[in-house]
Amino acid sequence: MSFIKLLDKISDKSSLDASASRRDVFKQFKSFGKGAAMASIPFGLAGISKSTKAANAAFTTAMQASPTDVLNFALTLEYLEQEFYQIGLDTDGLITGDARDVFGLISKHEDDHVAFLLAALGDDAVAKPTFDFTGAPGGLSLDTFENIDTFMAVSQGLEDTGVRAYKGQAGALANDNALLEYALQIHSVEARHASKVRRMRGQKGWVTAGDASSQGLPAAFDPIYGGETPESNTVQGGVELAGLFGDFGGPQAVQEAFDEPLTMDEVLAIGGFFIVTNEE
Amino acid sequence: MKKPLVKVDVVGTSNQKSKRKSRRKFIKLSGLGIAGSSFLIYGCSEDDDFDPGREIDRSPDPEPEPEPDPDPDPVEEVFDLGAGNLGILNYAYALEQLEAEFYTRAVAGAYYTGLADDSEEKQIIEDTWYHEVIHREFFKTAISAVAPDDILPDLEFDFEGVNFDDRQSVLDTALLLEDTGVSAYNGAGKLIDVDADMGGTYLLLAGKIVSVEARHASAFADLALGTPTAFARDEVLVSISDVGPAFDKATPPADVLAAAGGFITTEFTADQLPTD
Repeated sequence: MSFIKLLDKISDKSSLDASASRRDVFKQFKSFGKGAAMASIPFGLAGISKSTKAANAAFTTAMQASPTDVLNFALTLEYLEQEFYQIGLDTDGLITGDARDVFGLISKHEDDHVAFLLAALGDDAVAKPTFDFTGAPGGLSLDTFENIDTFMAVSQGLEDTGVRAYKGQAGALANDNALLEYALQIHSVEARHASKVRRMRGQKGWVTAGDASSQGLPAAFDPIYGGETPESNTVQGGVELAGLFGDFGGPQAVQEAFDEPLTMDEVLAIGGFFIVTNEE
Repeated sequence: MKKPLVKVDVVGTSNQKSKRKSRRKFIKLSGLGIAGSSFLIYGCSEDDDFDPGREIDRSPDPEPEPEPDPDPDPVEEVFDLGAGNLGILNYAYALEQLEAEFYTRAVAGAYYTGLADDSEEKQIIEDTWYHEVIHREFFKTAISAVAPDDILPDLEFDFEGVNFDDRQSVLDTALLLEDTGVSAYNGAGKLIDVDADMGGTYLLLAGKIVSVEARHASAFADLALGTPTAFARDEVLVSISDVGPAFDKATPPADVLAAAGGFITTEFTADQLPTD
C-alpha cells in the first residue's frame, strides 16, 4: 500500500479496516459512545469546555484507525525521520563536532524504529514514500542540507511532531497491550530527542505555546504546535489549570507540563510538507 | 458490569473470607535515602489482622507465619493504592509527590540558590520543579474528584542520601527520578482500563505527562553526565525484536516502587494494582 492510499483510507472516516473483526469494530463504536459521554462529565466536575471536547474528539477519531493503520502511520513518520537524518549525516560538512554524535544516535534510533515496525507489520508494511526535505510539496524552499541551522530546525519540528503523533494514537492501540507499550516506549524516546535538539537550538526542552515562532521556528511550522488540542492547552481532565499555579510558573508552566496529541490527519498534513505525491 | 472504582480494602476491615486466598503482598517502604536499598516485600498474613469471625473457617495454613508487623499501633490502617484505574492514579500521584518534593527541597539548597539567575541550568531545575508540582496538584484534584475517600494521603520523604548543596548529588538524583518516571508511566499505560469510565482520558493524560518526563530526563542527562549522547544513552534504553536499544523501558509498578521506595517513609501497600 502506498502512503497516498494510506492517507486516503485514513481520511475516509466511514471505511472500516477490512481486517478488523466484527468484535473489534463493535468495540470501537462502543468506545466512541463512551468517549462522547465522558466529555460531558470531566472528573465529575467542571463544566464542559471546548478544549475537553476537542481532546476527546481527537481521541475518539483515533479510535477508528486499526492497529495496522496506526503502525503504518508510525512507519511513514519513521521513514521520514530516518531518511532525513541519513542524508544529513551523509552531507559533507553539514553536521560537525558533538552534533555528529547527537544526530548519529538519533539516526540510529530511527533506523531501529523502522526495523521494528517493518518486522511488526510484515507484508502489511507500507512502502517508503519519496521525500523532499526542502518542503517543496508544502510550498516551502528550505535549505535543509546546506545550513545546519535549518537542519536542526527541521529536526526539532520532526521530533516534536513525532511525540505528538504517537501520543495521539495511544487510544487506538489501547486494546492491544503489547503494541500500546511498544508505542509508548518509542514515544518517550522521541521526546528525549526533541528535548535535546530544542536545547541545542537555544530553546527550552519543553514546549510552551501553540505556535512555531514561540519555538524559534518559521510560521509555516505552526501546525506542528497547533491543532485541535494545541500545545497551548491548559485544560486537563476538564479542569482549567491556567490560573492555579501563579507561584509555580503560571500558565506557561502549565502548558509545558503537559504535551498534547495530534490527530492522524493533522500529522499527515505536516508530513505532507515533505512527501512527494506524484506517485499514483 | 464492572464498577469503575473499587473501594479500597484496608487492613482490619471485615469480610476477610473473600480475601483469604489472595495473601496480601505487603509493601513496606522505609527511607534510607538510597534508592532500592530499603525496600521489603513480604507476605503479610491476614491472620495478623483483627477479625473476630475468622476462627470459624480457619483452615490449616502450611505457610510459616511471618514476623508480625512491628507497627506498635495495630489499629492504624495502612493505605492501599487501590484497584483498577484508581490504583494507577494513586500510583502516579505517589511518584509525582516524590518528584515534586525532591525539587522543592532542591530549590532551597545551596547548589540551586548559588546558580546564576540567567543560567540554563537554573532554568531547567526551576521549570522542572514547577512541572512536577503541577503534576502532583493535578493528580490530587483529579483523584479527589472521583474518589475523595480513597486518595493517597500526603506522603513523607527522606532524602538523607542526597546532598542538596552538591551539584552532582542533586543532578544524579534528578536524573534517576526522571528516568524512573519515564519507565513507570510507560509500564503503567497498558494497566489502564480504557473501557472503564474516563479510562481513555487517563491513558491520554499519562501520555501527555510521560513525554514531559522524558524531556526532563534528556535535560538532566546532559547536566549530570555531560556527554553528547547522554540524553538517550543505551544504558536507559532497551531493544525490542533485537533491532537495537532505541526504546525506553516500561517498568511494572512493583519494580518502580522498589526503586523509589528508598525515598518514601510513609507506608502504603500496592496489593490490588492491575498487572496486565
